[in-house]
Amino acid sequence: MTTGSADPVEAVGVAPAADPGFLQRYGATIEYILIPGAALVGALATFGLFVALFGKNPLDLYFYMYQGAFGTWFSWQNTLTRAAPLILTALCTALPAQLGMVIIGGEGALLIGALSATSVALAMPWASPLVVQTAMVCAGVIGGGLWITLAGALRQYRGVNETISSLLLVYIGLAVLNHLVEGAMRDPASLNKPSTREIGAANMIGSIPGTDVHWGLAFGLVAAFASYVLIYHTVFGFSARVAGGNIRAAKIVGLGVNKLILTICFLAGGAAGIAGMVEVAAVQGRTNANLAAGYGFTGILVAFLARHNPLAIIPVAILLGGISASGGLLQRRLGLPDASVLVLQGIIFVFVLASDALYGRIGFLKGKS
Amino acid sequence: MADGSLGLWTVPLAVLGGAIRVSTPFLFVSLGECITERSGRINLGLEGTLVMGAMSAYGISYLSGSPWLGVLAAGITGAMLGALHAGICSLPRVNDIAVGIALMLFGTGLAFYLGKPLIEPTAARLPAIDFGWWSDVPQVRAALRINVLFLIGIALAPILYWAFKTTRWGLLIRTAGESSDAARAMGYSVLAIRLRATMVGGFLSGIGGSFLSLFYPGSWNEGLSSGQGITAVALVIFARWDPMLCLWASLAFGGAAALGPALQSVGVTSGYHLFNAAPYILTLAIMIITCSPKRTLTGAPAELSITR
Repeated sequence: MTTGSADPVEAVGVAPAADPGFLQRYGATIEYILIPGAALVGALATFGLFVALFGKNPLDLYFYMYQGAFGTWFSWQNTLTRAAPLILTALCTALPAQLGMVIIGGEGALLIGALSATSVALAMPWASPLVVQTAMVCAGVIGGGLWITLAGALRQYRGVNETISSLLLVYIGLAVLNHLVEGAMRDPASLNKPSTREIGAANMIGSIPGTDVHWGLAFGLVAAFASYVLIYHTVFGFSARVAGGNIRAAKIVGLGVNKLILTICFLAGGAAGIAGMVEVAAVQGRTNANLAAGYGFTGILVAFLARHNPLAIIPVAILLGGISASGGLLQRRLGLPDASVLVLQGIIFVFVLASDALYGRIGFLKGKS
Repeated sequence: MADGSLGLWTVPLAVLGGAIRVSTPFLFVSLGECITERSGRINLGLEGTLVMGAMSAYGISYLSGSPWLGVLAAGITGAMLGALHAGICSLPRVNDIAVGIALMLFGTGLAFYLGKPLIEPTAARLPAIDFGWWSDVPQVRAALRINVLFLIGIALAPILYWAFKTTRWGLLIRTAGESSDAARAMGYSVLAIRLRATMVGGFLSGIGGSFLSLFYPGSWNEGLSSGQGITAVALVIFARWDPMLCLWASLAFGGAAALGPALQSVGVTSGYHLFNAAPYILTLAIMIITCSPKRTLTGAPAELSITR
């Protein structure tokens, strides 16, 4: 693919390339789709090879992955249900990335968001469901938002590396959750699995009519669209991208970088906090250690694969939701361990990062702008 | 002191024992990461390396019956993961922090995948040397049952300190970390130096992982490491890239990690999870105290991406 652009065969191979204006306009976009796509295919091929080493047929693997992810209406619903928290936790990495920050603490913000939402719901048993649900969303946003704002503030005011601090905050958040769930907030009736009391069936947010997919998906879609508008179509988003591109230039033109960083971190954490709230209000019904299911970590992969573009996050989250949805079928039909989804995610991540080296180097897309 | 009725003395004793036992993985990972970071690259994937090391050590020890072969296998696995990290990072425009995150996920996933059949069987464990023979108190004896790996780690810290200071290799690694231009001008390939430094770092981290599965806690399961790898990476920053400080910091972290179980053993059960989080809280607190937005940290390699 890296042959010279003078090669006529390449130009014929891609029909619209005959018009040089087309490539000039869309070359970068094509690159953004082609390169991650190629990385994904490469990762799937490598995973097939890996599975073949254990005596499984890679073609069976791909078939069952497709079946488990997108093959039936049932698997589609499963996929979309898993995609919802992934969209939200991916935003937790993608939004700070606009400012050049690498935040990987989405899992912690999810847990704290879930914990805050549950606390609020348990504190107001008298209120009507709509009031409780609204309060839960607010609490989730504030809890998760402040958690990531802490990492942002530490970086801005103390120079603490935000990648490491946000990851440490995941473990601290998990400890806080376990502490409260096994102590002050424990439901005495939960014997085997320490949990909080249930928020009550009336307060659950339920499913989108006609499906088994819960409303969390709508939250995710709205958050992704709102982030897209915020980043690409508002002055605030523009200043954030300026600050991310060149922090000194941003300071010279008088942008309040501190405020930008703290606001973006709050929104990022808030998104992951909603993911936690949704997991409580649509799936678990209570807070316990089950919430630490790794959505926060898969979200990092989604954000990187989508190149931190809020709109691209949606299809990528659905894809990775599909991969994790197919895990059960792979386990039953092929006898693969449940960790095979983790292995595949790791391989995809490695391939996607390595493919960063390809940008601007593909012959027939290069040199016209 | 009558034995069995130590009362509150159990806590400092258990913390001391913990400092010796729990600190070993911290020590190996931080020394390994110290070498990698001194060459100008950060490897956040050591969490994955640690878990892979633990798994492969347990597997090889189970299959061969020799725990030391397991330790070696863990080291080689770690070096291979290090080579993967360095290999991807040497491609143009690839961010070493992101690659670290990817390898963290990949390493843990692969270890869980390959380690599935190893949860049941028991592998041969590493022997311990009894330094508490002089005491009649069982708690003292338990605290002083010391593993050889810990002693190797303790010896390694001053050796590394000396090597960074005086040897040709130490100087080369530091040159690559301080100014890649200078290293290139001297005719050395910065990428090759960093590849070796990352492989050695991975080797040591893998050995740190073998300690987890072959000595303490001494079995293989999926909850074996909960962030020790990443804590150790943060610890290197706290230790200002100085191997001797890495040693003291690892001991302190081991002690902090042993605080929760120690308090639980004397009946203080409330706050168990918070005490378990002590190493992470300690790391964060120390980073808040020692970092500053106005100047780069003293002793920080100039080429390191997190300090630039």
